[in-house]
Amino acid sequence: MEVPRKDPGYRPAEERVRDFGEVERRLTDHDLREQAARCMDCGIPFCHAYGCPVRNLIPEFNDAAYHGNWREALELLLAGSCFPEFTGRICPAPCETACVLGINEPAVTIRQLELSIVEKGFERGYVVPRVPAVRRSERVAVIGSGPAGLAAADVLNRIGCHVTVYEDAAKPGGILRYGIPDFKLEKWVVERRVKLMEAEGVVFETGVRAGEDVSARFLRERFDAIVLTGGAREPRDLKLPGRELDGVHYAMDFLTRQNQLNGGEAPSGPEIVAKDKVVIVIGGGDTGSDCLGTSWRQGARYCYQFEIMPRPPDERSPHTPWPMWPNMMRASSSHKEGGERRWCISTKRFLGRDGRLTGLRGVEIEWEWQEGANAPAPVEKEGSEFTVECDLVLLAMGFVGPGPNKLVDTLGVERDGRGTIRRDADNMTSVPGVFVAGDMTLGASLVVRAIQDGKNAAAGVLRRFGG
Amino acid sequence: MMQPKQCLYDPSYEHDACGVGFVANLDGRKSHLIVERGVEVLINLLHRGALGADKNTGDGAGLLVQIPDRFLREQLKRSAIELPQEGTYGVGMVFLPMAEPARAACRKALEEAADDEGLVFLGWRNVPTDPSAVGEQARLEMPFVAQCFVDGGGGSGEDLERRLYVMRKQAERRVASLSGADAGMFYVCSLSARTIVYKGLMIATQVAGFFPDLRDPAFESAVALVHQRYSTNTFPSWRLAQPFRYLAHNGEINTLRGNVNWMRSRERNLQSPLFGEDIKKIVPVIEPGGSDSAALDNALELLANGGRGLHHCMAMLIPQAWGSRYPMGPDLRGFFEYHAGIMEPWDGPAAVTFTDGRHIGAMLDRNGLRPARYTVTRDGFMVFASEAGVLDIAPEDVREKGALRPGQMLLVDLESKRLLKDYEIKMRLARRQPYRRWVDENRIAIHGLFAAVAPVAPDAESLPRRQRLFGYTREDLAVVLGPMASTGHEPVGSMGADEALAVLSEKPQLLTWYFKQCFAQVTNPPIDPIREALVMSLMTFVGCSDQILAETPGQARLLKLQHPILTNDDVERIRNLNQPDFECKTLPIGFPPEGGGAGLRAALDRLGRMAEQAVAAGHRVIILSDRGLDPSEAPIPALLAVAAVNTHLVNAGKRTTVGIVIETGEAREVMHIAVLLGYGASAVNPYLAFETVAHLAATGALSGKVSVVKAMENVIEAFCQGLLKVMSKMGISTLRSYRNAQVFQAVGLSRAFVDEYFPGTGSQVEGIGLDEVAVEAAARHGAAWRPVAGASNLLPVGGHYRLNLDGERHLWTPESVSLLQRASRENDPTLYRKYAETINDQSRRQCTLRGLFTFRKTTPVPLDEVEPAAEIVKRFVTGAMSFGSISREAHETLAIAMNRLGGMSNSGEGGEDAERYKPLPNGDSRCSAIKQIASGRFGVTAEYLVNARDLQIKIAQGAKPGEGGQLPGHKVNREIARTRNATPGVSLISPPPHHDIYSIEDIKQLIYDLKNANPEARVSVKLVSEIGVGTVAAGVAKGHADLILISGYDGGTGASPLSSLRHAGAPWELGLAETQQTLVLNDLRSRVRLQVDGQIKTGRDVAIGALLGAEEFGFATSALVVCGCVMMRVCHKNTCPVGVATQDPELRKKFTGRPEHVVNFLTMLAEETREIMASLGFRRMDEMIGRADLLEKNGAIDFWKARGLDFTAMFHRPKAPPEATRQTARQDHGVEESMDWLLLPKVAPAIESGRKVDLDMPIRNVHRSVGVMISSRIAKRHGAKGLPEDTLTLRFRGAAGQSFGAFGSRGMTLILEGEANDYLCKGLSGARVIVKPYPGAAYDPGDNIIAGNVILYGATGGELFINGCVGERFAIRNSGARVVVEGVGDHGCEYMTGGRAVILGPTGVNFGAGMSGGIAYVLDEGGDFDNRCNLEMIDLDLIEGDDDERELRSMVEKHLHYTGSRKAASLLERWDAVLPRFIKVFPMEYKRVLGQMSREDAETHRQEVVNN
Repeated sequence: MEVPRKDPGYRPAEERVRDFGEVERRLTDHDLREQAARCMDCGIPFCHAYGCPVRNLIPEFNDAAYHGNWREALELLLAGSCFPEFTGRICPAPCETACVLGINEPAVTIRQLELSIVEKGFERGYVVPRVPAVRRSERVAVIGSGPAGLAAADVLNRIGCHVTVYEDAAKPGGILRYGIPDFKLEKWVVERRVKLMEAEGVVFETGVRAGEDVSARFLRERFDAIVLTGGAREPRDLKLPGRELDGVHYAMDFLTRQNQLNGGEAPSGPEIVAKDKVVIVIGGGDTGSDCLGTSWRQGARYCYQFEIMPRPPDERSPHTPWPMWPNMMRASSSHKEGGERRWCISTKRFLGRDGRLTGLRGVEIEWEWQEGANAPAPVEKEGSEFTVECDLVLLAMGFVGPGPNKLVDTLGVERDGRGTIRRDADNMTSVPGVFVAGDMTLGASLVVRAIQDGKNAAAGVLRRFGG
Repeated sequence: MMQPKQCLYDPSYEHDACGVGFVANLDGRKSHLIVERGVEVLINLLHRGALGADKNTGDGAGLLVQIPDRFLREQLKRSAIELPQEGTYGVGMVFLPMAEPARAACRKALEEAADDEGLVFLGWRNVPTDPSAVGEQARLEMPFVAQCFVDGGGGSGEDLERRLYVMRKQAERRVASLSGADAGMFYVCSLSARTIVYKGLMIATQVAGFFPDLRDPAFESAVALVHQRYSTNTFPSWRLAQPFRYLAHNGEINTLRGNVNWMRSRERNLQSPLFGEDIKKIVPVIEPGGSDSAALDNALELLANGGRGLHHCMAMLIPQAWGSRYPMGPDLRGFFEYHAGIMEPWDGPAAVTFTDGRHIGAMLDRNGLRPARYTVTRDGFMVFASEAGVLDIAPEDVREKGALRPGQMLLVDLESKRLLKDYEIKMRLARRQPYRRWVDENRIAIHGLFAAVAPVAPDAESLPRRQRLFGYTREDLAVVLGPMASTGHEPVGSMGADEALAVLSEKPQLLTWYFKQCFAQVTNPPIDPIREALVMSLMTFVGCSDQILAETPGQARLLKLQHPILTNDDVERIRNLNQPDFECKTLPIGFPPEGGGAGLRAALDRLGRMAEQAVAAGHRVIILSDRGLDPSEAPIPALLAVAAVNTHLVNAGKRTTVGIVIETGEAREVMHIAVLLGYGASAVNPYLAFETVAHLAATGALSGKVSVVKAMENVIEAFCQGLLKVMSKMGISTLRSYRNAQVFQAVGLSRAFVDEYFPGTGSQVEGIGLDEVAVEAAARHGAAWRPVAGASNLLPVGGHYRLNLDGERHLWTPESVSLLQRASRENDPTLYRKYAETINDQSRRQCTLRGLFTFRKTTPVPLDEVEPAAEIVKRFVTGAMSFGSISREAHETLAIAMNRLGGMSNSGEGGEDAERYKPLPNGDSRCSAIKQIASGRFGVTAEYLVNARDLQIKIAQGAKPGEGGQLPGHKVNREIARTRNATPGVSLISPPPHHDIYSIEDIKQLIYDLKNANPEARVSVKLVSEIGVGTVAAGVAKGHADLILISGYDGGTGASPLSSLRHAGAPWELGLAETQQTLVLNDLRSRVRLQVDGQIKTGRDVAIGALLGAEEFGFATSALVVCGCVMMRVCHKNTCPVGVATQDPELRKKFTGRPEHVVNFLTMLAEETREIMASLGFRRMDEMIGRADLLEKNGAIDFWKARGLDFTAMFHRPKAPPEATRQTARQDHGVEESMDWLLLPKVAPAIESGRKVDLDMPIRNVHRSVGVMISSRIAKRHGAKGLPEDTLTLRFRGAAGQSFGAFGSRGMTLILEGEANDYLCKGLSGARVIVKPYPGAAYDPGDNIIAGNVILYGATGGELFINGCVGERFAIRNSGARVVVEGVGDHGCEYMTGGRAVILGPTGVNFGAGMSGGIAYVLDEGGDFDNRCNLEMIDLDLIEGDDDERELRSMVEKHLHYTGSRKAASLLERWDAVLPRFIKVFPMEYKRVLGQMSREDAETHRQEVVNN
């Protein structure tokens, strides 16, 4: 391999934390083509057939990009992902961890290529509204406008169905708009896509709570199929002493508020601001990291991120060999902006004064295998208790499921033990004609999986319509 | 009786070959001595025949002599028969049923037939026979032998022969109408007034014993033509013994099916003034149930009785090569061109001897693939035979010793008492008529045809839709057409084909893909279409006459096509020909897609009728076209349209005169073109392929930025080259005989469908029919005209060559690869089980035939009673992957792992570093237990052979059966060069055939050689599954192989053209089942073990293999995956990213495989096997071998296309005792009878203690492989360095048998006074061998042939001095020996990579083809040497440097010293004068590597010869 992997890198930390603009840079055309040339056009493209949930035609678009055939590359790209401008920015790229080159060399920069191909498509005017030539008679309601809902709506619209998307928030986009910070995905990107879909004939009804503002009966009568894509928005709580203190918040509330501000909306929830505060994020995942980045940008004094699990190895763990998604230490752009990450930390209680949070009492733990157990259990390390003074704790420990949902209940859609929506191979729920996609049925997962699931649900709807 | 077709065994795939010969008195004098000598020749060719299961029944032998008039008169004295004058009566030699009344009925049929023809039937003579002389099986099937006598009624000569011919045909027809099986025994060996045939199911030594007639001194003839048969079957068949009525044939006709089809089409319309109305009575011309040789005899009989001379007929049937590269005069070329328009060649290896009683002659096919040696004495006696030395003739009596060269003929005219040589025969033929002028004046000239290609302007708008209409995929563009358009070559891939069979694919498949190419293995050789292109031809004619008995200028009124790929403009030119006698009719080939199978059938019926009407209306060209069809019509699959029209016209007797051009959007791969032509198309216009590449070129999508015109030219070139390859792998040289030869088998097509449209094509497991074909065609039509809303504009992906989730299914997926790697690295049975599940469970995703099998319920046994995994793994081997194709790390990992397991790894064909023969300090061994002997013979030395437990002759490989290979120079690093005895940087070419296996009896010889070289090792023969492989295997078993490997088509890790990878050969399930059944039926199974490989991945695969008959199992791809392979499929590019298939030192560092991973994998796999064994109730694997009755079709699988599959024939289990269904006995190799065996005690002192030994002894042609065993003893004890020079001197006098001095080790000097046969000094490993004429020989050695063909094949060292001329393919693949000879035949120094050859006389054509190393010094006395060279890889230089001169001179001096050559003496006397006449043949690569090429020259980019 003569050309080494080249990543575009981020804007300098000191510069980027002063704004909410995207932190990642772009590769030059020359670099892009060189990077595309690193693709080995494998006999078994693990990237496509193992890594990528939307089955992106990676070797093929790489080849087209390498040859500078951007229009062809776009065509190939769009055959997989509906929204490469999203996944190209925020996908953790399981394609790259499955890349064959990655066995013993840095993988191909697939995500960068994806992003560049689609952005070139927009720049050069290749991406234009494609209104279906023939409209079918069927009408479909998509409930929710996150990645799964948008994907389902997009596919169904393309095959000619009349699609209406209901969104309870003020603007469409779901997690893309309200969950993911601008420094990873600027809101105009979402808007651009929504506009395009509108131009192609998708109707967005925002600020409408399906099941409440519009009744389940109305939806059933008016539409030939319903696709539920409400996400898994119920956050996992940490019921510890001091939880009620002012200053302990769910991460998503914090992020949504900032995203609303950035999008020019009035914030809907309580005021949660990190400015001049010491912030502790509990939970070592992506949401936590987003909280970190947002906190810095709001002017936080200092940030910690605590994770209960042990620190992953620096290299791919032997338990997750190639091409599996590797368990390994990762650092996001936000992590590189400062703060302290700690592992094997369990929170004991929140400390406060006058109803206000002043600190956090935690303890170091060790993960030990107990006799007969099928997973290791946390054991507190003696004498390791500690206290950190802080002003804001953000709970970013994941999501437990879709949570209560009136529409789901009224429709009589069955859930499984975890509260997620049960479905068949066609993504149809227990109620004929009602489909589901995304986190609502998968549990909290990746945007790219939600997109694929939305596509699957659309295919299920189409099969129900008789092809 | 021959066994009828049952289960998978089909007698129509039988092959035979043998030894042939004749003796003659040139003056026509009849004598009994001739008969005696004929029998003697036969006996001395005995080793070229074979024995059946009872070891006493031969495959057939016999002789054809003149009517022994004196003898017969004596015999008939006491009878009522009074013979008229000699020459006016006919004698029939007849096999009759033993049982009455059938015998009487058959007699009556002959008597009545004589009556009908106006001949007077004189009576019968019961021929005395001695049944005790023949074997038991032969006796059981013995016919009653009688002679009948017919009075010609005053007629004689040709006229009488013709009437006897008609009479015989009529008698055959009468008998055919008799009921009762006994009548099937009726057979007329001969019925002639000139000749008579004595033959039967016997071996040479039994002939005279069985027929006392032959021992009677009164039994006289001037000629005796003899034949010893070696057949692949053992089913007794008296009638298939040779000679036939006119000829005896050694070799095989590869194009038989086409030849028979053409003859069938012609025979209805035959006209001949000589026959008159009788011509109707001789139909069918080709007797059903005969062999290829019998069919050739039938054709010869027709032509000869039609008025042409025998030699003329033979020149028509088996023409020599006459392409533009052959030096040949215009008249002779005119002769061949004229006759090419009348009769397509009967193509294949052939040494034919023929006689009509007045002439006797012999000829060789264009490739010269059979040996043919002759001796003429001073007193007018001649012997011709497959070998020299079959008769003892005093050297001083010899006038001439010669050999037939490729395409040559010789003829003895007994009336004019002359021996005519090739030149004279051909010159006479060429000038019989003004053929050249006839051809020139009558040829249809089309202005601009095949002129410069005009660019196609594709309609970009409609292109995608039309591409969809014909099922184009993105892969077709990116992987197939794109590279062809850029490079002019068919693209190459590797790592086998693991995608679903066409019949199991959910994607609409092209009909073509249900066909698999057949290929030559063992019974005849494939050809090298690159290095030996000069014998091949893609020229074809349109509009041939069907009057093969006529000879008129009008028969040259033909359209000549240089090749069968027509551009769009060419089609228009033909369409608009506007010649009143050569009109063209276009028939559209559409059908209503909604009409299903019935609609398709109706369309095909209509098409057939329209074609017939067109022919009736006098049209000479039919263009079948799917261009511009109405949107309401779907294109009929082009192949189906062609086959349907072809079959319809053949049946209607209207095929010959019309050419079928197919104008189709479908054809875009070599395979498509090959199948269309193979089923009768004359030419193909792949218009959409042209448009597609034109579009690619115009949009700049092609690498190299080729122009539209260049892209089209490249595609045409790639099609033509690919087609040559398809033909050559079947051993077919000319397109004219390939067309309609149907060298394919169907996999997954129903019998009824095949019989209707592809009659004669094999299809073993049933499958889909017209209905399903219509559905798939309709699906393409739908995709084009009614695309799914919202679907991408992209074409479908394809996914045949690279996995794609939207494309074809593959068994190797990310899941299966990673699970296997994790399971074997972590030694985790749970992960292994998951892996096995992904492969085994094909209930929802069918890929392979075995995926559709299930095990029958039986009584299980407890698992702990089943033999342990440690025993089972001993049956496991790894596949043949050479060091060179895979890295040293990978190669040694596999070897260590297999040695730890007690299984065997395979060296592959790249030789092996002798270091690896020594164990490692930890006890591991890197020595490959299996040493492969492949066509390239790289590193095959005496030492290599003795360090093996298994010697594997690779006849074919799954990835590309019938093809050669090439290791390009840039991959030949120092290490590889050392193990292959080559020069670093010099390309190494493996020829398609083994040049010592052109025919079934040859493999027997090679096995014998190898057994001599290492008596302890098993000799195995690797075959690739194809229809008929069972009969080939039976032949190989009779050739004494210890083990036969049946490889699947889908396996194979090597690089291969994509069309070969996917389309050549068959799944192993079919081949293995057929082999098992055939061997059991033949009672040969108990002496040979079976091994199977090809994408075997799990214990279930192993269990199925065992039940279908295999005892051992091979793993290649899966073992590599365990070693880290991730199926990049770039093995041919040296860029393997995991260090498995690369020689790049950096990439090799990335190799992570470990022997224990392989051990883990195979052990877990054996455990899985054990579990299946337990569930089936088997405690030992031996019990389950061949228990195919325990398999059944999985009824739960309801895939729509799989429903029609029927595996009943595969699961058939022939009745036999258990010990006859697996290997329970040893082969009798007869090495204890070899001359070396007897010599061993005498030479022991030399080998043991280095004491000098000098022996002197006589030798005969029956003494084969002399020196091999002694040499191997030396190698075993002393390794490659051998003994000090001249330690052991062996002197022989006589005619040495084949393989004299083969693999000779250093320290041996073999001196042969007399002559040698084929394979002299093959594999020479350091010995010195000297061959010189008999002392006292009167002939000039410089003009006479002293040794045979394929001398020094694969030699790695040593010296050879030959005082005389030799045959074809001298010093082929020599990589180190130094040799002096005084004249060579065609293809001298082919593929040579090292050593020195000095040739002090004439050479044949194609000298230096594929020569990449070494140097040849050739004395060019005629000044035309360059004309006879293949200049693609060599430079012809002068001898300029002192070094060259010194080397040359010293070799000539040595030659004089050792042989006393007069030529050498005279050259040395005139040295300064002759030196300038020497030419140094210097391969360009070698020159570059030696640094003797100028820098500018060395930097010129030369395309490496693309082979693969």
